[in-house]
Amino acid sequence: MPAAIEIRHVSKHFRLYHEHYGSLKERMIHFGRIPFEDFIALDDIDVAIEEGSTVGILGHNGSGKSTLLKCVAGILQPNEGEIVTRGRMAALLELGAGFHPELTGRENIFMNASILGLSKRDISSVFDEIVAFAELEKFIDMQVRHYSSGMYVRLGFAVAVNVDPDILLVDEVLSVGDEKFQRKCIERVKLFQREGRTILFVTHAPDLIRKICDRGIVLDHGEMVADTLPGEAVRTFRETLQRSGLADATVEAVEAAEAADAPGANISHGRRMTAAATHRVKITNVSIDHPGRLVGRTWLLPDEAMTIRVGYRASEPTDDLLFGIAIHDEEGNNIFGTNTKIAGVSVPVADGDGEVTFDFEHVPLLDGTYLVTLAIQSTDEGTVHDWSDQQHQFSVMNPARTAGLVSLPMKVRFGTPYAERVEGSGS
Amino acid sequence: MPDSAARAARAERDAREARIVRPRTSVIERFQRIVTYHELLVGMTRKELKVKYKNSILGFAWSLLNPLLYLVVFYIAFVKILGSGVPAFPIFLLSGLLVWNLFSTGLAAACSSVVANAALVKKVSFPREILPLAAVGSMLVHFFLQSLVLFSVLALVQWTVAWSYIPLLPLALLALLLLTGAFGILLSATNVYLRDTQHFLELALLAWFWMTSIVYGFMTIHRRGGFFPKLYLLNPVTPIVLIFQRAIYAKLDNTKVPNGAPGRQILPHWPMTTYLAYLGYSFAFGFVMLAIAIAVFGRSEANFAEEL
Repeated sequence: MPAAIEIRHVSKHFRLYHEHYGSLKERMIHFGRIPFEDFIALDDIDVAIEEGSTVGILGHNGSGKSTLLKCVAGILQPNEGEIVTRGRMAALLELGAGFHPELTGRENIFMNASILGLSKRDISSVFDEIVAFAELEKFIDMQVRHYSSGMYVRLGFAVAVNVDPDILLVDEVLSVGDEKFQRKCIERVKLFQREGRTILFVTHAPDLIRKICDRGIVLDHGEMVADTLPGEAVRTFRETLQRSGLADATVEAVEAAEAADAPGANISHGRRMTAAATHRVKITNVSIDHPGRLVGRTWLLPDEAMTIRVGYRASEPTDDLLFGIAIHDEEGNNIFGTNTKIAGVSVPVADGDGEVTFDFEHVPLLDGTYLVTLAIQSTDEGTVHDWSDQQHQFSVMNPARTAGLVSLPMKVRFGTPYAERVEGSGS
Repeated sequence: MPDSAARAARAERDAREARIVRPRTSVIERFQRIVTYHELLVGMTRKELKVKYKNSILGFAWSLLNPLLYLVVFYIAFVKILGSGVPAFPIFLLSGLLVWNLFSTGLAAACSSVVANAALVKKVSFPREILPLAAVGSMLVHFFLQSLVLFSVLALVQWTVAWSYIPLLPLALLALLLLTGAFGILLSATNVYLRDTQHFLELALLAWFWMTSIVYGFMTIHRRGGFFPKLYLLNPVTPIVLIFQRAIYAKLDNTKVPNGAPGRQILPHWPMTTYLAYLGYSFAFGFVMLAIAIAVFGRSEANFAEEL
């Protein structure tokens, strides 16, 4: 069976202009010396996607995953290599699928479907299905500029899946819209799988890859670093994140340090602040430990124990100290934050080297990478001695198929309905 | 959902029509892709027209007001003030002006078409040449409406057209569409990178308009002899305008000259074959231009999605 999509040694470069010179005058002034940087978005990607398979492309922001999808869709042309696709292809890139705001939903359906290669008669025959799927019966003759973003996405998805594509390209769209519609989309994607259609989608939700893909491709800075089973791919993706995440976090910390002007931030509220630290007491080293380390596992399993040790050094004897810790997820949500004062722990006078240990009996988190912020302050939080802003991290990987953020302890049992039990005891 | 047998059959057909995305595609391939998407061209043209008059009360009447205003202004300037010596000036003017308008408004619309449809260009794949072509297509619809009004007026005043030249009109129109499409494709690509193109085009069209014998008869230029008439005939739009004037206006000379002076020529006394020969030049020009335009468009298209 021939591959539905063959990506043959595809490379794509972008010229990053530091300034955009769009007018003739500017072009003349800067002729021949417009400064630009050659940015390699895709570097010799070579992969074939068999007919009927569902493949997910994972990668951090800027890894080239959307560029690859756009090349497959024919919206961008690669600088080198070629891409062969077989069959009708429908692509859903980011929000909306190229609707014209001035036209009504009805007119846009006809436009969009004809771009996707349907004749007028074909469109008329699936029109009602599209409208029903998008749940836009009442709004179909309204100009789409009055649509909400959810309606926009629904219409886009409805058109793409109802034009009977052999290949469906999806970029992040499944994460938009309300939950009910998301479920509907995933149902439809699963139906497509059963019907033997080819699906290629881009996401940074590892959950989705595990749930519906046969295969995962991981991109890192334009290079393909994995093409393997979904679980493995998710793991590789986490590793690339960890590598680049560390680097990025350092940059962010430096920027934050430069931007900071107001001292006295409250770490338990998770504010990102690196005030003018006194460095009288300095964080010397941080280690994050968990049982899996012993067997060389770099990530935690849900509910495993974790120990964070923070070494510090005081250049002169200092009392009136407070140690704070905060944990954020990758989206910047504060998951947990506390300090020695809140915990009611007395802090010994620091003199020379010392160590504080934060022991977590179990970490009830599911999938994700979490960033740790640490701080040493005065008890009134008015003076910051040292602040390590999200420079350390740990990952949790969930081998089970439980979904969500938190591993809530739960037991399931069956029995007689409560009402009957009450009745039974009364007689 | 079609049954599996039908799907298999279609998959087999599609397998033969594998689509290839490459750094570069030849002009012939690009042209073929445009042809396969002809249905989209019609749809896009319809969209252009709908969008243009979506929130306007007068709607299509606007497309008639523009040549009407031109007519009033030129009539006052050339007949009442300057004395043009062209009898039935309104008919003479409109027979050339309507084709010219198709050319100029078509070019202006085509020029900004890719930029105006950035949302589409960034989201969906189709031959982008469709955009300038659809812009020209929408102007063609306006042209037909305007022509309809012109011909009704001609019928009303019982104007005699040159019937033998009427069959040349579709040919001339075809040549004009070829030229407009070719220039339009070229300009729409340039405009993505250099937004000055559309302002430059306005000026160029103004000069071009006066360098085409629309407001005055071609023979006014011809009489001067020398270099000028040759320049006029190098202009590929001139033969087209001349054919429209020859067929619709159909008066070659001004016979009503005061003081019994000999009638002055307005349009050239050429046999039909000469008109055809010049039209052939316009066609040749158009085809060469189209090939250049598609080649340039193809080279720059790769980065449209990034530039917009």
